[in-house]
Amino acid sequence: MRDRLGRPPALLLVPAVLATLLLLVPLASMVLSTNWAALPEHLASPVARSALRLSLVTSTVAITCCLLLGLPLAWLLARVDFRGRSALRALVTVPLVLPPVVAGIALRTAFGRTGIIGEPLLAWTGFAFPFTTWGVVLAHVFVSMPFVVISIEGALRSADPRYDAAAATLGATRWTTFRRVTVPLALPGVVAGTVLGWARSLGEFGATITFNGNYPGTTQTMPTLIYVTRQADQDAALSLSLVMLLVSIGVLLALRDHWLGTS
Amino acid sequence: MTRRTPPVPPSSGLVADLDVPGRVRATFEAAPGAVVAVIGPNGSGKSTLLHALAGLVEVEGSAFLGDTDLLRVPVQERGVGLVFQGQLLFPHLSALDNVAFGPRSRGVGRKESSALARDWLERFSLGELAHRRPGELSGGQAQRVAIARALATEPQILLLDEPFTGLDVSVQMTLRIELAKHLRDFAGVALLVTHDPIDALTLADTVLVLDEGQIAQMGPPAEVAAQPRTTHVARLVGLNLVSDGDEQITFTPDAVVISLDEPQGSSRLHWHGTVATLAPHGDAVRVLVHAGPHLLADVTPAAATELALVPGRKVWLSVKSTAVRRHACR
Repeated sequence: MRDRLGRPPALLLVPAVLATLLLLVPLASMVLSTNWAALPEHLASPVARSALRLSLVTSTVAITCCLLLGLPLAWLLARVDFRGRSALRALVTVPLVLPPVVAGIALRTAFGRTGIIGEPLLAWTGFAFPFTTWGVVLAHVFVSMPFVVISIEGALRSADPRYDAAAATLGATRWTTFRRVTVPLALPGVVAGTVLGWARSLGEFGATITFNGNYPGTTQTMPTLIYVTRQADQDAALSLSLVMLLVSIGVLLALRDHWLGTS
Repeated sequence: MTRRTPPVPPSSGLVADLDVPGRVRATFEAAPGAVVAVIGPNGSGKSTLLHALAGLVEVEGSAFLGDTDLLRVPVQERGVGLVFQGQLLFPHLSALDNVAFGPRSRGVGRKESSALARDWLERFSLGELAHRRPGELSGGQAQRVAIARALATEPQILLLDEPFTGLDVSVQMTLRIELAKHLRDFAGVALLVTHDPIDALTLADTVLVLDEGQIAQMGPPAEVAAQPRTTHVARLVGLNLVSDGDEQITFTPDAVVISLDEPQGSSRLHWHGTVATLAPHGDAVRVLVHAGPHLLADVTPAAATELALVPGRKVWLSVKSTAVRRHACR
């Protein structure tokens, strides 16, 4: 608490401590309020298990889509100089700051049964996204993509582009360079972005419930289940929340080398 | 990905007319097998010249190798091997995979590439270290891997950007001898950026002097050393270079006398200036003085103490007219 420049001033120290408490107290009180005796029963209920499974599956499928589409976009933003690059980067960031409920409404207008894409899609294939598990995946992709693109772009940027030049002089095409040099060099950042996007997807509530409703087995994920459970059974909602807290801590542990640093 | 540059017979030299606007403008020729040392002060465009030939910067003009204008060939197919300053070995690949990267990218099979790479590493006595990552190699070893990586693509032109920078002096010595051997075996044109006159004298058969993006001088090393046309080259070879009327004169630092008072006598060859730096040079102290021209003077440590030479001190420099060589300006 003391370094060569003197003690940290109270004017900064007190707010810092308050901020820490504000973040930690609710989490701790949640753990303390949990009804441990009823916990196994709450988690073993078919509804809870189904929601947890659906959450894990949709998040995993969603993050795979994000990676397949987002990694190329991140590369484009990081490595190719084109007109409108900064505009595109700003555009990609919009869903990041958009209220998730609004994201759900926006998805409706595009992929709803009468949406710009949804209507012809329904006419041709008989398939519509809303109220299906694929709709959940779509909502997750929409909200997680910015996280994935922005964090991976940062990682690709920090990988020295002179390595790309070296690969080119050795005869490598841009695809080979991407595959064998750029991505491997940025791998820790790519993994971090992926995990972050997955966690964001796992917690997604607003866009999912707006776009897909809340049907057990098809669109009811953990966050939406917790929301409806809370109205009837406070204890059960707490138990489910605890699971999500554990998952979050797991993500943090997975990323600790990347964020908390090993120095 | 299997495209390769059509093999150019080793009888074709390089005929280059390069213009990187605002950076470097150079027209030169190099015979097959030639080793051209590119020297010049920082920012004179040495690296840019190499990067232009490799295709990494926008450049106008032409660079003919036989009938092929290299500048019209994409970087990947150009057949120009570039050893970057700082090596730029891929940190996530082993030494072997670094060297195999070029052949692999040019469509050679995995096994064959590995065999090729192993062969190149053997030639640099690095066979034992094939599986080490660049981070586990010493500076000299990493530089050898970098050169092997460039040569493994069988380039028509080899470009080396300050290959000895950042290495210990003893490592530089052995690597210089090794590189000389590999350059002798190399049939194409080699360009070597360096700031060490030793490299130019021992490795190159031609010296190309760049100054402010222009070729100031080009010729055999001995000729350039004997008649340096820029102060930078003169300083490099340990000579002072001063304009005297319509002539240029050169003289060695040990011919310069330092005094605190204006020297008496008929010689016009004296200058007044400020001591900039002092550095040990063999048994002597080499003093750099910012007079009208920047001049080097070697004095004994005793004299340096007696004259109380420190940076910032005002001194007079003089040189006997019998100790200077005169060259007609071109």
